[in-house]
Amino acid sequence: MRNLIRFILKYNFIILFIVFETIALLLVFQRNNYQQAFAFNLSRNIGGYVNSRIFSLRHYLELHETNRALLKENERLRNSLLSSYKLKIPAAAEVEFDSAWVQQYNFISAKVIANSVNKQNNFMSIDKGRIHGVKPDMGVISGEGVVGIVAGVSDNFSTIIPVLNIDLRISSSLKNTGYFGSLYWDGKDPKTAIMEDIPHHVTLNPGDSVVTSGYSAIFPEGIMIGTVTDYDFEGGNFYTITVNLATDFRKLNYAYVIENRFREELIELENVSGHD
Amino acid sequence: MIKVLPRNILRIFVLVAFQVFILNNIQFSGFVNPYLYVLFILLLPFETPGWLLLSLGFVLGLTIDIFSNTPGLHASATVFMAFLRPLVLDFFAPREGYVTGTYPRIYYYGFGWFFQYSAILILAHHLFLFYIEVFRLSDFMLTLYRVILSTIFTLFLVMISQYFIYRR
Repeated sequence: MRNLIRFILKYNFIILFIVFETIALLLVFQRNNYQQAFAFNLSRNIGGYVNSRIFSLRHYLELHETNRALLKENERLRNSLLSSYKLKIPAAAEVEFDSAWVQQYNFISAKVIANSVNKQNNFMSIDKGRIHGVKPDMGVISGEGVVGIVAGVSDNFSTIIPVLNIDLRISSSLKNTGYFGSLYWDGKDPKTAIMEDIPHHVTLNPGDSVVTSGYSAIFPEGIMIGTVTDYDFEGGNFYTITVNLATDFRKLNYAYVIENRFREELIELENVSGHD
Repeated sequence: MIKVLPRNILRIFVLVAFQVFILNNIQFSGFVNPYLYVLFILLLPFETPGWLLLSLGFVLGLTIDIFSNTPGLHASATVFMAFLRPLVLDFFAPREGYVTGTYPRIYYYGFGWFFQYSAILILAHHLFLFYIEVFRLSDFMLTLYRVILSTIFTLFLVMISQYFIYRR
């Protein structure tokens, strides 16, 4: 016993180092499931509060840019309004659709309060949380395109895993041919991502749009992700496609959280059929 | 000696605030991340006991982690750096040893000494940090490139800070 104490006293520096290093590395690698990533809600709340203060300055400086992006988005939305169209076939006007439609996707607008693009596992925080109806696993988009997926929520803030995080994969498809694959970030350039699983008989052209496939019940179908800039195939039967991301993550100030009102129903159904 | 404690407490607050408010918001081309907060470990007095050094490294790293959403990452790198500090100090010790009442500063031990001492520790910290963050060897050279660029930038800020703020 005395020898043990003497040993600990003699090597206390190294032992303490090992203890601290183990705790820290456990924290790092416990994160393989990103849901439980941030066990401490406290850090999210403190961090959220501080970051919202910092970002208010950035928001102010980038107001001009933000306005322009919002204006562009408004233009697009107005163009897709039903009132901007004129009926070509008069008979169709007799069909009433009012009660036949039900809203599937609900959008919650949010302000980005913390953001990074220069790490491997980038994260983002927004100023809407549980009390605003945000839940984990909801999709997040901007006016330009897909942003990411909600990872964790506190009462007033949420953290988002953006496309620029090597842990995230998004189900995506080519707009013109409909082939789908999975899109991920390779950790290099914050402007581009990689799309995989497209068989090599598909004709590809630079500039082709890559959109969400809608298979994951997180994003609606057809939300812009980016455009194809380059592609090649290394040996296998599948292309490796470089996608230029539509969202400029370095200038992101506003985002929308997407609530899919049929998500629970769909997941329940998939779970039931999965057990057969 | 009594002034050492408040001065270090003030320093840790200033450095964490500077890191969180300003440096974490600098996003040059996705490659350069300066981590000036390690300056705190560099400037601790020579007599700092080992347990305190490691504990401070852990607390400092964890504080940065809380604000940058990286649980454990900065803590592990800073503890590693704190662990290496006594070894590096021994290695670069002047022939007559470190004089009591002096601190690890350019003012006492010269530019060359401080530069080497900081460069080694910052490089160790950044190597550990970036490789743990990536945690794969496939992009070895790319990560190395990021480490070297960021080390240069952090070192630059550390040296500048010595001339502007801590003249003694």
